[in-house]
Amino acid sequence: MSYYHIEEEENELLAKVEEISGEIVTLCEQCGICTTSCPMADEMDFTPAGIMHAVKIGDKAVLDSKAIWICASCFTCTVRCPRGIDLAKVTEALRQIHLRKNKDHINLEEVKEEELEEDLPPIAIVSALRKFTG
Amino acid sequence: MTRIGVYVCHCGGNISDTVDVEEVAQFASHLPDVVVVRSISHMCSESGQKAIIDDVREYKLDRVVVAACSPQFQGSTFEKALVKAGLNPSMVEMANIREQSAWPHYETPEEATEKAKVLTAMAVERIRRTKPVEREAIKIGKNVLVIGGGIAGIQASLDLANAGFNVFLVEEKPSIGGHMAQLSRTFPTEDCASCILSPKMADVADHPNIHLLTYTEILDISGSVGNFKVRLKQKPRYVDPSKCTACGECEKVCPVSVPDEFNLGMTKRKAIYLPSPTAVPHAHVIDENACLGIVPLRCGLCEQACEANAINYDDTPKYINLDIDTIIVATGFEIFDASKKPQYGYGRFQNVITALELERLIVEAAEGHFIRPIGKDIAFIQCVGSRDKQVGNLYCSRICCMYATKLASLLKRADPSRDVYIFYTDLRAYGKGFEEYYRRAQELGVKFIRGRPGELQEDPETKKVIVRVEDTLTRKIIEKKFDLVVLSVGLVPSKGTLKIAEMLKLPRSSDGFLKEAHPKFRPVDTPVEGVFVAGTAQGPKDIPDTVAQASAAAARAMAIMNKGELELSPIKAIVYEEKCDGCGECIEACPVDAIKLNGKARINAAICKGCGACISSCPRDAIDLKIFSNDEIMAEIEAAVKNKKEGEHRILIFADDMCTYTLADGVGTSKMKYPSDTFIIRVPSSSRITPKMMIKAFELGADAIFLGECEEAVSPYPGTLNVIKENVEKAREILKQAGISPERIQYDTFVTVMFPKFVKIANKLHEIAESEEISKEKRMRLREIEVVR
Amino acid sequence: MKLPYYPGCTLKKNAKNFEKAAMAAAKHLGIELVELPRWNCCGAVSSLTSDDVMHHVAAIRNLVRVQQMNDDGILDNEYRLVVLCSMCFNVLKRSNILATSNASMLNTINSFMDTEPDYEGTVEVKHFLEILRDEIGFDTIKSKVINPLKGLKVSAYYGCTLLRPREVGIDDPEAPTIMERLIEALGAEPVDNPYKSLCCGSYHTVGSNKEVVARRTYKIVEGARRNGADVIITSCPLCAFNLDNRQALTEKLYPGFKRMPILYFTQLMALAFGYESEAGFDGNFVDPIPLLEEKGLIGMKVQK
Repeated sequence: MSYYHIEEEENELLAKVEEISGEIVTLCEQCGICTTSCPMADEMDFTPAGIMHAVKIGDKAVLDSKAIWICASCFTCTVRCPRGIDLAKVTEALRQIHLRKNKDHINLEEVKEEELEEDLPPIAIVSALRKFTG
Repeated sequence: MTRIGVYVCHCGGNISDTVDVEEVAQFASHLPDVVVVRSISHMCSESGQKAIIDDVREYKLDRVVVAACSPQFQGSTFEKALVKAGLNPSMVEMANIREQSAWPHYETPEEATEKAKVLTAMAVERIRRTKPVEREAIKIGKNVLVIGGGIAGIQASLDLANAGFNVFLVEEKPSIGGHMAQLSRTFPTEDCASCILSPKMADVADHPNIHLLTYTEILDISGSVGNFKVRLKQKPRYVDPSKCTACGECEKVCPVSVPDEFNLGMTKRKAIYLPSPTAVPHAHVIDENACLGIVPLRCGLCEQACEANAINYDDTPKYINLDIDTIIVATGFEIFDASKKPQYGYGRFQNVITALELERLIVEAAEGHFIRPIGKDIAFIQCVGSRDKQVGNLYCSRICCMYATKLASLLKRADPSRDVYIFYTDLRAYGKGFEEYYRRAQELGVKFIRGRPGELQEDPETKKVIVRVEDTLTRKIIEKKFDLVVLSVGLVPSKGTLKIAEMLKLPRSSDGFLKEAHPKFRPVDTPVEGVFVAGTAQGPKDIPDTVAQASAAAARAMAIMNKGELELSPIKAIVYEEKCDGCGECIEACPVDAIKLNGKARINAAICKGCGACISSCPRDAIDLKIFSNDEIMAEIEAAVKNKKEGEHRILIFADDMCTYTLADGVGTSKMKYPSDTFIIRVPSSSRITPKMMIKAFELGADAIFLGECEEAVSPYPGTLNVIKENVEKAREILKQAGISPERIQYDTFVTVMFPKFVKIANKLHEIAESEEISKEKRMRLREIEVVR
Repeated sequence: MKLPYYPGCTLKKNAKNFEKAAMAAAKHLGIELVELPRWNCCGAVSSLTSDDVMHHVAAIRNLVRVQQMNDDGILDNEYRLVVLCSMCFNVLKRSNILATSNASMLNTINSFMDTEPDYEGTVEVKHFLEILRDEIGFDTIKSKVINPLKGLKVSAYYGCTLLRPREVGIDDPEAPTIMERLIEALGAEPVDNPYKSLCCGSYHTVGSNKEVVARRTYKIVEGARRNGADVIITSCPLCAFNLDNRQALTEKLYPGFKRMPILYFTQLMALAFGYESEAGFDGNFVDPIPLLEEKGLIGMKVQK
C-alpha cells in the first residue's frame, strides 16, 4: 500500500491552477456530482471529483492523467456543481500547464494524412487544435 | 451653565501603562465647564462609582465624562451610577481611551496621550450639548397573536395561555398540526409524531385562554407593539364544528373527488372532508372550490346525509378585528419543490418520490392502506434543494440526514430483506441521541455511500430508477437499479412566512428565512419591537429545537407583557415642529415607515429604530435624533479636528455602534496598530451623518472621513446603506467643487470580525491625508458653497 | 426584418445545407440574414483561462463588423447578431460577455486591433432558435407551415454549447424545450431523449480517440430510438458530424446498430415551408430520403 506524502512545494500546483482558472479549488466539497454528470467519466482514469481532490493536495500525477485530455469541455459539471465551481476551467488550467510549456497533445502531422479523407469539418480540426496545442 | 466632572481611569495599568493619565487629567481641568477632575485606578469599581456620586452631590455636577474603556464595555455601569446620583442616565459620556488609544497605540505613548486628550475634549464638548432625555414607556396589555398552528405555534400558545395571557392562534388551514402531523415517526426516539402531537392539539382546543381561529386568513396588520390592529377573515366551513361528529356519512355521498393535500396528492378526498385523521377542530369542512356549487346549491347530498344537522350552506366569511399587544410568527416551512431539479426525474419517473411522500406512505401502510408499492431496493438521495448554488439554496436544511436515517431504519426494520442505501455528502448527526441513532441504522444494515448523483435515469421496461454515483471514498463509479428512489428534500420558507414578512416588514436572512434581531443573543426576537419568531419560519430545525424556540418566544413576549409597560430606547428621531413644513421627504427616507404626516411629520417612537437616516432628507433641519443629535456630533467633530498642530492630520471614522464601533474596539483589544491620527465617533448608524456635517468637518480641519456601517445581512437598520451612499456622493461633489479630492470621503460595510479590513482602511486614509495638504483657501472655499442638508 | 448573420467556417464547407435551408426558412418568415462582411473564424472553442485575452480577439473582431454594418448604413440600428452554429454562438456570446463586463480586457483588445474600430459592447449575440422563439413566435411559425410534417417523430439533440454554461444558454440546461416547441410548430411529433444534451464527444473526433465519439453516438441515437424517434435534429455541424458520419464507426463497434438520419433543424423547417430543394438532403451522411419518402414527406407542395 503506497502512500502519498504531501510536500510543501505541492501547493504550487494548487496555486497555479487557481491562478490560471480563476476558480477556488478548495471550495470543492467532494460530493461527486460532477463525476456522474460527466459524459466522459467512464473513459477517465481520474474522476472529475478526483481531479479536484488531486489539485487540492498537490498530487502531480493528475498532470499525467488521461482524464484531463478526455474532457470534452461540455460544461455539464459546471452547470451541476452545488458549490458553483466552474470545473471546465479547472481542467483547462491543467491542460494549459502542459500546453503553455509547448507540450502539444496532438501531432498536426498525423492528423493531416488520415483524417482529411474522412471529410472532417473545419470546426472539428480547429477545435481539436485549439484544445490540444499551445 | 453646566458643571462637568471628568474622571480619568488608570484601568489598573491597562491605560496608565501607556497613556499619561495625570497629563490627561491636567488637560481636562482646563476644558470649558469642567469643575472637577480626578484620576482613579478603577473607575468601574465601587469606589470609582462612589467618587462620581459623591462629587455630583458635593460639587453639584450635572454632567459627567469618564475617560476609560469602551462605552460598550462599561457604559451601562456609569449610567446606573448617575441614576443613583439622581441624574438622568444620558448625562454621562465615555471617552474611549483604552480600546482606542492605550491599546492600539501602545508602542507610541506620547501619541497615545495626545490622542487621549483629544478624545476627552471630544467627550466634554459633546456632553455639554447633550439634553437629558426622558425614557418613554408605552402601555402593553395581555393579548398575543400567534400566527401559524404548527408545533411551534401550538407550543407558544400553550405556554402563554398557561401563564394567563390571552392567545389568539390563527391558522390558515382548516386544522392545526402543521407538517408534524403528517410525519410517521420522529428521530431519534421514533416517537409516533401524531401520537405525541394530538394531546397538545387537544389542549389548544380546550384551553380557556386560547381563541383558536382555523381556516383564517390575515388580511392586514398595522400599528406597533402594544397597539397592533389585526384584521382577519375566517373562511366559511359550511359545517358547524360544535355539531359535527366526524361520522363521515357526508363523505360517502359526496360525488366530487379531488387530490388530498394531506397526503400530498397521492390519494383522493371528497369536496366535503375531514382534513386529517387527527384534525383539530375535529370536524369536516367543505372545500368550496371543489364542491359542485353552494350558492346556488347544485347538489345538497351531504346535508341530507348529515344526522347531526351540522351542515350549513348559509355560512359566510367572518371578518374579525383584534387589538393585539405582541405577535409570535410561527408560519413554518414548505419542502423544496423537487421538480426544480429536473435531472432527478421527479414528476417524470414514477418511482422517484420525496421524503414527505414516503412519510405518508408509511403512515398509511401502518393503517392498512397501501397507496403504492415501496419495493425492496431503496435509495435515498441527500441534499436535494439544499447546499446547492444551482437552485440558489446555499444553506443546509439540518434535518434531512436524520430523517433519511430514520426512514431508512423504519423500512429496514419492517422488511430486513430490503437493500437500503443513503447517498450523502456529509452526514450531519449533531444533536442529542443523533450519533447513536445513526449507529443503530448502520447496525440494521442501512448502507451509507458517500457520493451525490449528477442525474437519475429510468429503465424503460422495468421503470426502475438507475442511480449512478461516484463513491468518493473509493473513487469508483457505481451504478445500481432501485425500485424506489427517495429525494431528501430540503426546507424552504413557506408562502405564509413570505406574506407575513412583507406585512410586518420583517427582514429576511440571506437564506430567505426570517431574520433574528441578533444571531447569538436575540435568536427569537425580530428587529421589529414586539414581534417574535419561532420554529422553521426562522430557519430549518427539528422538533426539539422548534419547541425550545417556541417556549423562548413565549417567554420573550411574556417579559414585555408582564410588566404592563415597555420602556423604549431613548435613541429616537424627533421632529422640531416649529421648523417642519410638512413636505413629507422624511417619510420616504425612513426605512421602517415610522413617520406619518399629520400636518407635520409625526414619529411613532415604538417603530422608530433611531438610525437617523431621515435627518439628511429634511430640507429644513427639522428632524434630528434625541441622543446623538446634530449639536452633539458636530461638537465632537469640532473638538476632534481643531487645534491640530502643524503637520498633523485628522481622520474621522464614523462608526455604527453594532458593527464598526465594536470592530474598532476589537482591533484595539487585539493590540493591532493603526495611525493615531484616527478618531472614531460613535453613531447608531452612519446614515445620520449628513453631507452638511461632512463638509463642515473638512472646513474645520478634517483631512479624511470614513463612514462605517454593518453589512446588510447583519444590520439592525434596513435600508441605511443607500442613504449613506447618497450622502457620500453629495459630499464628494461639493469637495470636488472646492478642488479637494473626493476620495477623502469613503464608506464601507463591516461585520465585527474584519479586523484587518479596519486596519487597512485606517492606513489607507492616513496615506491619502499625508499625500497632500488641504490648503486654507480650499477649506475657506467650502464655506462659500451652499449645502442644503 | 434584416439581421446580421455570422456563418462560421463549417457552414461554408461541410454544412452548406445547414445554411441553405436556413436562408430559405428565414426568407419564408420574412427575415433577411445579411452575412457579415470580412468575418473570420471564431476559434471554435471559448478560451477558458482567466488570463487569456488573445483568443477573444477573433470573436470580438466579428462583433466589430456588426457595428460597421450599422455605421455603413447596411443595417439600421440593428445590433442583434444571428448565429446558426451552436459552437460559434457559444464562442461569440462568451467573448461578448467577458468584453462587456471587463473594461480593461476590452481596452486591451481594442488597442491591439488598432486598425479596426473600437468594439463598444453594443452587440447582442443571438442563436437563430432564439429569434424564432422570441421575435417570430412558434404560433406564427405554425401558421406559415405549408406541409405539416405529420407522422414524423423527431428527437431534438441540443448538445452542449447551446445550453451551457447557464449565462450563455438559450434555455434551461436541465429541461430545455425550445427545439421541441419548434418541432411541434412544424407539425411533427417531438419525442424525448434522456441523452438530448449529452456531449457528442466534440473534438475527440479528431485524432486517436474517435471511438469515444462513436460510443456517445450509440448512446444518443439509441436513446432517441427507444422513444420511437425517426430522426434526430441538431444545430451544430460538429454534433452533426459526430452523430451522422461517425455512425459508420458506431456500426463497427456495436454490431446490429441501425443507422438513423441526422438533420439540421433548418432542413426540417425548409421541408415544412415547401422548400424541399433548398433542404440539401444530399449533404447528410445517413441518407434521410428513404425515411422521409416512407412518411410521405417528399414531393409535397412547393413554395414558389
